[in-house]
Amino acid sequence: MRRAEPLRHPLWVRLTHWIGAGAFLALTISGFAILLALPRLFWGETGANEAPAWIVLPLPVNLEQTGWGRNLHFLSAWIFVLGGAVYLIAALVTGHLFRRLAPDRDQLHPAHLASEIRDHLRLRPAVQSDGGHARYNALQKLAYLVVLLVLAPVMLLSGLTMSPGVTAAYPELFTLFGGRQSARTIHFLAATLLVAFLLVHLWQVLANRPLRLMRGMITGRSGGDTEKA
Amino acid sequence: MPDISRRRLLLGSSALGLGPLLGGCELIEGGPSRAGLYGLSDTLTLATQRFLLRDQPLAREFSPEAISKIFPAINTTDPDNPDYRRSKEAGFSDWRLPVSGLVERPTAFSLAELKAMPARTQVTLHSCEQGWSAIGGWTGVPLAHVLASCGLKREARFVVIRTVDGWWDSYDLFDALHPQTILAYGMNGGDLPVAHGAPVRLRVERQLGYKSLKYLASIEAIDRISGLGQGRGSMVSELGFAWYAGI
Repeated sequence: MRRAEPLRHPLWVRLTHWIGAGAFLALTISGFAILLALPRLFWGETGANEAPAWIVLPLPVNLEQTGWGRNLHFLSAWIFVLGGAVYLIAALVTGHLFRRLAPDRDQLHPAHLASEIRDHLRLRPAVQSDGGHARYNALQKLAYLVVLLVLAPVMLLSGLTMSPGVTAAYPELFTLFGGRQSARTIHFLAATLLVAFLLVHLWQVLANRPLRLMRGMITGRSGGDTEKA
Repeated sequence: MPDISRRRLLLGSSALGLGPLLGGCELIEGGPSRAGLYGLSDTLTLATQRFLLRDQPLAREFSPEAISKIFPAINTTDPDNPDYRRSKEAGFSDWRLPVSGLVERPTAFSLAELKAMPARTQVTLHSCEQGWSAIGGWTGVPLAHVLASCGLKREARFVVIRTVDGWWDSYDLFDALHPQTILAYGMNGGDLPVAHGAPVRLRVERQLGYKSLKYLASIEAIDRISGLGQGRGSMVSELGFAWYAGI
């Protein structure tokens, strides 16, 4: 009889991962639908079709998609934010954030970082320098931390800066982002970075034993010590 | 038959095991109803914003220099209603705004009577659900003053506003009595232009632009929304938009 291997991903990580993944997909699709009503980006407080834009996105204008788009966007935003809050609290309380996601001291050594960057650029698996003990590589850890601690909060706050109700209570949000249209532009730029992260994340799964990694994130057990994606 | 479709939605959600979760989420007594998961997220948003706005803060106001040169006019920009056209030709001198329902003294106000009431001018950011925003200056009489002058009854909970071009919407007293909720007859220092809702439009500054109805035709105070239309609380709600537009 085979001994039960330790859990690669605890249940709360798996649940919040897949809830977040579903909500993120819905947010992306609905956000795109909303964007089509005004595929132009501005800085400052104001902006409109006839006003000079910073960027005019090469997208067709469609005013008919904001009804379902907004409904789905805010429903999935609630799910994403509540799931994300559960994840962050659990990650802090259990020490997951520091144990699994914060780069170790040796990983932050410039020579080590340089070798990881070289390996990534050559599309080779990043070398584990700690004698086989499975851990995420430093670039991967930094990417997760940027998503969790920078991009996700920026998305939430810039989204709320577009809310006339929330900003009546917290006008400081306008100061933080430099106006409602600036917040809208930053919301779009951060969303673009999150989609870029998602594409790299999916590519890394596909490039590194996808079945084992998927099994790991679904059942918690992957039957090995390779850690990627 | 609106009732049937609503019942089907409710049956659908209870079949998913969500019935108990969704059934009891009427946050405002007699308020608009929306079934399903979108009803749940609308309720979460309304509950959260009501908490954040519990001290009734004002929306941000700007100095007149901030007023936008470009302020889009969308949806109806010149109603083709014959009574409206005639009234417009007469400079709206025969225009009347009836206030009825749960008030002690139902009254139809002329434009001159509204202009004789205490006025408020506010330069605010108009945020459209389409994504654009523009700063405009609005002058008008607070809705709270108009309602008080008609003797709003104790049992009134909502205000229903109908327009010349067939729009209608409702507001609970939390927003209807807010100091920045005004019946605006002036824009950027002049008369309210026809494209922006002349002679009088509503301004509800803590919600999206679609709550700030143009071309007001009547005001009615009621005690519950559920009996109106499909019970969703507004014309755009029946088209799938949220009744509460604070986000």
